[in-house]
Formats: sequence, structure tokens, C-alpha cells
Amino acid sequence: MSEQTESTTPSSLSAVAAARADKKVAGTSPLGTGLEARGVHAWFSKHHALADVSLDFSAGTVTALIGPSGCGKSTFIRTLNRMHEFIPDTSMAGQVLLDGKDVYEPGIDVTKIRLQIGMVFQKPNPFPSMTIGENVLSGLKLAQIKTANPDELMEECLTRAGLWAEVKDRLGAHAGGLSGGQQQRLCIARALAVKPKVLLMDEPCSALDPGSTLRIEETISELSKSMTVVIVTHNMQQAARVSDYTAFFLSDGGPGQMIEVGPTNEIFSRPRDKRTENYVTGRFG
Amino acid sequence: MSTSTVKPTKPWAATPRDRAMMATSVGLAALSTFLIVAGTPLKGKLAYFFVFFIAWLAIDSFFVFSKAGIKGVRNGLAEKLTFLGALIVMMAVASILWSVISRGMAGLNFAYFTETMRNASIFDPIGMGGIAHAIVGTLLLIAISIIISVPMGILTALYLTEIKGKASKFIEFLIQAMAGVPSVVAGLFIYAAIILNTPLRPSAFLGGLALTILMVPTVTRTAQEVLNLVPQDLREAGLAMGATQWKTVALVVVPAARSGLITAVILGVARIAGETAPLLFTVGTFDAFNFNPFVGQNSALPVIVWGGLNGGAAESIQRAWSAILVLLIVVLIIFTAARIFSKRAMKK
Repeated sequence: MSEQTESTTPSSLSAVAAARADKKVAGTSPLGTGLEARGVHAWFSKHHALADVSLDFSAGTVTALIGPSGCGKSTFIRTLNRMHEFIPDTSMAGQVLLDGKDVYEPGIDVTKIRLQIGMVFQKPNPFPSMTIGENVLSGLKLAQIKTANPDELMEECLTRAGLWAEVKDRLGAHAGGLSGGQQQRLCIARALAVKPKVLLMDEPCSALDPGSTLRIEETISELSKSMTVVIVTHNMQQAARVSDYTAFFLSDGGPGQMIEVGPTNEIFSRPRDKRTENYVTGRFG
Repeated sequence: MSTSTVKPTKPWAATPRDRAMMATSVGLAALSTFLIVAGTPLKGKLAYFFVFFIAWLAIDSFFVFSKAGIKGVRNGLAEKLTFLGALIVMMAVASILWSVISRGMAGLNFAYFTETMRNASIFDPIGMGGIAHAIVGTLLLIAISIIISVPMGILTALYLTEIKGKASKFIEFLIQAMAGVPSVVAGLFIYAAIILNTPLRPSAFLGGLALTILMVPTVTRTAQEVLNLVPQDLREAGLAMGATQWKTVALVVVPAARSGLITAVILGVARIAGETAPLLFTVGTFDAFNFNPFVGQNSALPVIVWGGLNGGAAESIQRAWSAILVLLIVVLIIFTAARIFSKRAMKK
């Protein structure tokens, strides 16, 4: 078996990433100071799932988290918007700073944190009891926010999620009738409606066909002009196409760790760590 | 453009040969059934039914074996036995319905639905008096039970599935124990706890309380099941948008489970609608209208049935059968209304 010829070579991935880096003008948007994780650990009861991850997500960047299954990527992003604590008997350590303020500070209003750090899940999960339009605006109802012009907001969010043209004539239809890719874009539109500063995406394209994936990647590029995006992905081409920075996670049987982080084209062209190189060249994982 | 000349076919459908085999096995089974029933002491419709079924099972298995081997026979046997099980249940339900309808119809007339037994006795000729008072009583009892046990049951289910508090295990155990309480005990409890100790006398309200004891476990457990079916994803989606748990449950979880929750209510009503024993000492009996659920004894359809059958005379027994039919009609109307209501709510 010649794995080398089968797998994507690092040079082609880094070329994609470099082309992307050229297009992007760095530091154009003042969006706060972004999100920063400092020494984050996570446990599921006694099981130490994630150890000592420190990562800085600058405002207006897209960061991809890559690594094999079970390395703690999803656990990590769930600590960022405090969703980790919903699983019974979990614990964590470390700090997560949003614009310099720890989201785990005692007495902080958790719902406000989640309002600022939105999330898109692996499986599209539109609310089945609501119409397409109601789904988009559901965040306002759920978080009890008033808006002056809901119709305008609905159109804006659906447009940004790349779905407006497809659904504008059937906003009153139930969301269950949409295709998987459309449902996922609806979930993105829903997450945008509450105007988060950060959007976490947990393998948002893993259940979708290539066409829908492409639409969502375009959406991500569009979103990064106005917010910070963190995306977990198993698809390295996707990481190369959409992200400015890439972090590689790995578990060697113990807790998951972050092995290396850097500008995406560097991770794919000249990774510093041998394990990262093995992963991005397809030698394992 | 060429027009399509391909005709849609069903290559998996039964071939004439299959149909011939089927007809042959049914024919042979029928023939052997007559021979067996004629030649043995087995008698009656039931004997024909079972002998035919067993004969058909054996003969058809033989044909299946020639076509699909022993695996096919096993598959066919499992299928036929499942069918037999369903058929027996259907027959039981159908024969109950048939006896209720055929015997109950004779006692039905306009007055039966509009008048009370105030000026009539159960031994009077059919046509005198009616059971309108018991229809009112039963509706009051069902309404009171729904008003008390639906909020209680659904809130308890929400505590068990959404809050998952420290008391969950204990409450689940209690609900399970409550589901096993014999209905007469529920009535005795209300009698001993309230009627013997307070100035309150038997009334529709106290009967409703007794029925609540029976209805709450059914509503709770069904609601718990349907709430558990709501995907965890949806709860997380709500919470991830900055909603409190209360808002997530009220706007996402409960609407997603709505039709199942209506089913929980329907099953709860089904559990209590025909209860007689707990009503005997908590509601009493009354022969005229009593629209006040809190004061005075009342009447209920199951109690009318019980009284009529106890009466022993042809007229009273006829009245009982008719009351059973009316009870079935009332319950059917409630269920249909609940289903229509839930469909409307879904469409909105």
C-alpha cells in the first residue's frame, strides 16, 4: 500500500492555505480582543479528556481544530461557551477569556456568555415545531431580546447564511422539509440572529454533501469579516480552505492535548512537530 | 423527445403460481379442517378456527419449504404467528364492541340522552327516564381529573427528564408504586382521609381526587417517555443561544413533544373513564342533574352500569348495556376531540 500517493500531499494543502492567506487582509476589523483559552482542562467524571490547552483566537480570524476522533476537539469548544457543564458529572479547569473577561468567573450570567459565543452543531438541529422563519428568530424569543425590525433581521441572517434565495418564498413552511445542507445553513442563520461575537462550529459539514459543504465554507469566509470563527473539522482540505490558523489536537491514550498551532499554511507546509506532519500528510488518523 | 415505452412493473409481486399455491394450501387446510372436526370430538366455531389455522400453517409451510427452504419456513412461521396474535386481539376487541353495540342499541332513544332517572326507576320500561345526569357526572369527573393530574403529571415528568434533580430516583419509584395501586384503594384512601375526617361529603370533586391518584402515574410515565424522545441536540441548541432552561423547555422541548403529551392525556383519561369502584364511596349515587362538583352526590356512567347489572331485572340490565355504549361513545368523542385539537395546534 503506497499511502503517500493516495493521500493529499502537504504541499497541495499548504498551497490552498497560502492562496487563502494572500486574499485576506489581516487586522481590518476592530471586533474586540477575541477569545482566549488559558490552560483549559476537561474531565468526564474521572476521565481526564483534555489537558492544558492554551489557544488565542484573535478577533476576526477563522481557526480550525483538527485531529483524530476522541482527541478532545469537541470537548474543547464546548468548554468555550460553557456547554461542557450540561453533561452530568463533568468538570474543568483553566480560564476562557472573552474580551479579557473570564467566562467562568463566579457570578457571571452564563446565558449572556452563550449569547455572545454562538454554536453550530454537528447534526443540523432546527426546531421541528417551528417554521423556517420562526427558527431564524427563535434565539430572540429564547433569550428574550427585542428587535425593532424582525423581518429585516430574518432576511439579513438568512442572506449571510447563504439560504435566503432558497427559502424566501416559504418562510412559513416547517423546517423539517429542508434538505440537510439547507437545515444546517438555517442553524447558522439562527445562530447569527442573536449577533454573537464568536461562532463555534462543531464539524458543521460532516453530515453534508460536497455542494452544501461548499456553500457553508463560503458562508464561513463571509462571516469572518465580522466575527471570530472556531471550526472543528475532520476534513483537512476544509481546514486549509477556510481557516487562518490551525491547531492540531492529539491524544496518545491519555488526555487530549494541543500539539501545535500556527498559521494554516505553515501547519500544512512545515509543521514543527513530527506528529502533526504525520497527521496532515495522512500517515495516520 | 422520445416517449417512454417502459411500463412500471412489480417483479416482487405474487406470480400466478404463488397464488395457485396459496389457494391450494387454503383449500387443503379447509378440507382437512372439516375432516378433523367431523372425525374428532372438537366442536364449535373456535375449533374450526384453530384447526384451520394450524392446518394452514403446516400445509403452507410445506409449500414454502419447496420454494425457500427451512429459513423461509421459519420466517413464514414467525410472520403467521404474529398475524395470529394480532387476529386474536382484534377478535377480542371486536367481540366486546359487538356485544356492547348489539345489546346496548336496544335501550337507546332520545330521552336516554336528555332525561334523568329522577322520575323513573331502573325497573321501569325502557323509554322512561335517561342517563343525562350520569353523562354530566362522568364529564365532570373526567374534567376534574384532567385539571388536577395533567399539570401534576407533566410537571413531574419535566422534573424527571429536564431537571433530573436529586429526588428523581425516589419519585420514579413512587410513581411506579402508584401505578400499581388497585383502584378501590384509591377510593378508600379518599374516603378514609377526607370523608371520615372532614365535613366534606361525597361529591364529583372527591371522586375526581380519587381518579387523580390513578391518572397521575399514567400521565407522568407516558409524558416522561415522550420527553425522553426529544433529541438532546434540540435542548443544547436552545441553551447555546443564551436561553435559560425554562425558556428552552417551554419554547423547544414541550412543543417538540406536544403530540406525545396529548397522547399521555388520552391514555390517562382511558385509564380512569371506566373506573367504578373508587367512585362508590367518593361520589355516591344521584338520580338527577347535579352540576355542582363540590356539593352533593353525583352520578357516573360506570356506576349506572354497576347499579343496572346489580338490579337483575331485564329492564335494568338493558339500561346497563346502553350505559356502557354511551360511555364508549363519550370516550371516543373525547379522544377524537383531543386528536383534532393537537393536529390544529401543530398546523398553526
